[in-house]
Amino acid sequence: MTTLDNTVKPAAVDTGAEKQKKPLPPELSILAVLVGISVMFEILGWMFVGQSFLMNMSRIQIIVLQVSVIGIIAIGVTMVIITGGIDLSSGSVVAMTAMIAATFAQTSAWPKVIFPTLTDLPFVVPLIVGLGAGALAGFINGWLITKTKIPPFIATLGMMVSARGIARWYTDGSPVSGFTKDFAALGNALDRWMPVVIFLAVAVIFHIVMRYTRFGKFTYAIGANPQAARVSGINIDMHLIKVYTIAGLLTGLAAMVAIARIKTAQAGMGLMYELDAIAAAVIGGVSLSGGRGRIAGTVIGALILGVMLSGFTFLRIDAYYQDIIKGAIIVVAVIVDQHRQGKLKKST
Amino acid sequence: MSSAAVVEAMPTSGVSPQAQSSEYVLEVVDVRKEFPGVLALDNVQLKIRPGTVHALMGENGAGKSTLMKVIAGIYQPDQGEVRLRGEPVTLETPLKAQESGVAMIHQELLLMNSMTVSENIWIRREPRNSFGLIDHDRMRGMTVELFDRLNIRLNPDAEISTLSVANRQMVEIAKAVSFNSDVLIMDEPTSAITETEVAHLFEIIRDLRKRGIGIVYITHKMNELFEIADEFSVFRDGKYIGTHLSSEVTRDDIIKMMVGREVSQMFPKEEVEIGDVLLSVKNLSLEGVFHDISFDVRKGEILGLAGLVGAGRSNVAETIFGVTPATSGQIFIEGEEVNIKNPHDAIRQGMAFLTEDRKETGCFLPLDIQENVQSAVLHDNYVNNGFVDHAALEKESAELCKKLRVKTPSMHEVIENLSGGNQQKVLIARWLLTHPRILILDEPTRGIDVGAKSEIHALISQLAHKGVAVIMISSELPEVLGMSDRVLVMHEGRCTGILDRDEADQVSVMSLAAK
Repeated sequence: MTTLDNTVKPAAVDTGAEKQKKPLPPELSILAVLVGISVMFEILGWMFVGQSFLMNMSRIQIIVLQVSVIGIIAIGVTMVIITGGIDLSSGSVVAMTAMIAATFAQTSAWPKVIFPTLTDLPFVVPLIVGLGAGALAGFINGWLITKTKIPPFIATLGMMVSARGIARWYTDGSPVSGFTKDFAALGNALDRWMPVVIFLAVAVIFHIVMRYTRFGKFTYAIGANPQAARVSGINIDMHLIKVYTIAGLLTGLAAMVAIARIKTAQAGMGLMYELDAIAAAVIGGVSLSGGRGRIAGTVIGALILGVMLSGFTFLRIDAYYQDIIKGAIIVVAVIVDQHRQGKLKKST
Repeated sequence: MSSAAVVEAMPTSGVSPQAQSSEYVLEVVDVRKEFPGVLALDNVQLKIRPGTVHALMGENGAGKSTLMKVIAGIYQPDQGEVRLRGEPVTLETPLKAQESGVAMIHQELLLMNSMTVSENIWIRREPRNSFGLIDHDRMRGMTVELFDRLNIRLNPDAEISTLSVANRQMVEIAKAVSFNSDVLIMDEPTSAITETEVAHLFEIIRDLRKRGIGIVYITHKMNELFEIADEFSVFRDGKYIGTHLSSEVTRDDIIKMMVGREVSQMFPKEEVEIGDVLLSVKNLSLEGVFHDISFDVRKGEILGLAGLVGAGRSNVAETIFGVTPATSGQIFIEGEEVNIKNPHDAIRQGMAFLTEDRKETGCFLPLDIQENVQSAVLHDNYVNNGFVDHAALEKESAELCKKLRVKTPSMHEVIENLSGGNQQKVLIARWLLTHPRILILDEPTRGIDVGAKSEIHALISQLAHKGVAVIMISSELPEVLGMSDRVLVMHEGRCTGILDRDEADQVSVMSLAAK
């Protein structure tokens, strides 16, 4: 049977020639989409509204400010999705951490102080409380998923419902306002650019974490093939708990930035943020089956969502239509992703 | 193929076991492992010398895989011990085993597909710079160095998902070597790669042997045993049967040890009366895949489809069965043209298709045997007024499984828990339940032990005897030659010839397949 050595392709053919040409980062195509959409709104703006879409600093600022909160959440969600999981609890966790942290951020001058003895605290107190509450929620998600082996969808769905309940129960539904100047600075410092700075800082940090640390490699490995990851000696349970905890922590951070910016916390806030965050990741090329995706893609994905939202409003398109179109775009993003992966497989 | 010829054809292996130091690199002493209801390992022994290839032989379910998982730290033995270089060791985890010098290459290749070659090899051991960040350049360098040492030519930055199975295996081997392993376990490494790739693999195995690594090689293929193994150990029903030098035995001896009985005839081809043309395929093409395939199959005839991996044999089968409908050409059944747009149409025409990949396209792994057997008949037969006739179905499927000698405690056993051979029998039962006129078999005995193999061969012959037209695809040439009345040979999507039984032999088929 060894007579048929010829004809078949040699076993190993990938060699030098290929080594030289580095493939373009997949983010480039998503960036092109972002540019395309922006240009489209620019043209439509001149056609139908009679003004520029992009040459308007305050509009740009509003877009990136809105994107920042979703973006911070989406970075954590991206890591969760790369492990092959999902986090549905982000929106509710935003509300819960916002409510809890807000009660530690009030000034004594405000008439409706929740804890009269705990006013005018340094801004790190509500910040730590908020981050801690978020991290705790994430930890519980991770613990449930790894120790009870229930699917991430269910664990985080439970957290989504419960966290929203806690947010309402905590102040009997009444909103909390009247923050200290220091705390409000989290959302307003640097001429109101502070949320963007925080977002970018988080993005850069986690970009490095995902690409240049073992933590990042493990995250990809678990999503790519949990069996292989286990055999490689990765403590999957421990790592997943860390990833979900970080996702919760970042959600807490996003909540702090959000309430500092809008200067009030409400139990109803953060509604559907989890879906926006997932959408940003998916549009940014993060594969829902795990193992694939990058922080940079998610950042661009969040920007695409923000630009679209702003663009529709700018073109005075009804909010109902906006949601319809947004839904369609998310689906199209996944179709494109599937198509790309299909092509990848065919090329073997 | 007579056994004598095989032994003669055996190349003299480079290193004889006796020439090595008598010290064993790996010893398994009286290991016992019990699972609920099954004694998987019954006080088994295994002794591996450094610098040898030691084959493990045994039918599916003999305990080879369990033993390997004990050695690789995946299972813990209930009793007995594992010794490495003479020292008793406890291998609590796969990682501990790797660090102690035991690496295992799993049959299903455990790699992270969306990650690069380098990332896969060095996972958890990535080189880091002074900031504690991963040094990708150095990692790439380490991979290149490792590949140079092993004479593997692969791009370290290639994503695993873009590599062929054979190349993925190379990555696994390189990873194993990178741990400076003393023992390398390979579980059926040639089950999914081409002949040339096998040759390359064997080169690398011989090279590893020269470096003094003890290689444990699990295989079902007898010719591989003679080609690459110095020694072999046989297991049967969880028991250790014995260890021999592969130069001192014949093929029949080994089969006897494995099955505990004589398997007189490997390919029990019955001479049956061949009837009228049942299936006729004319100029069938699937653009970009295969072109102008024409052939007839008669009642009671077995048509073998031979060719190298990638020649398009499976694609032809899939097209006839409606999985990927043809772009042009015609299919006739009993002289009438039929239009098969999907597998349902094909089943209604009395076709059955045993697919190549049991796990991917065959079994419903989490479902039990009962449900697996019944899945192909649910839309037509056995349904009264929209309700499934469970009683009749259960009775018939149980009878079929009994007839096919499926080894299982009950029909409600989840199919995932069965051995490969038994899974295959269940899938055959599924198709027999549809009472097919035309049976297409794609690699019906791949990864199946000798005993089950000959049972399946006998069954195919029986079906032909009953007038079923059989199309059989197989990469094992002896199987094609042994079973077929005629052999259709394909090369790069084209039919290069149809040979009658008396003109088909290894040389004639291969010269057409490898044009």
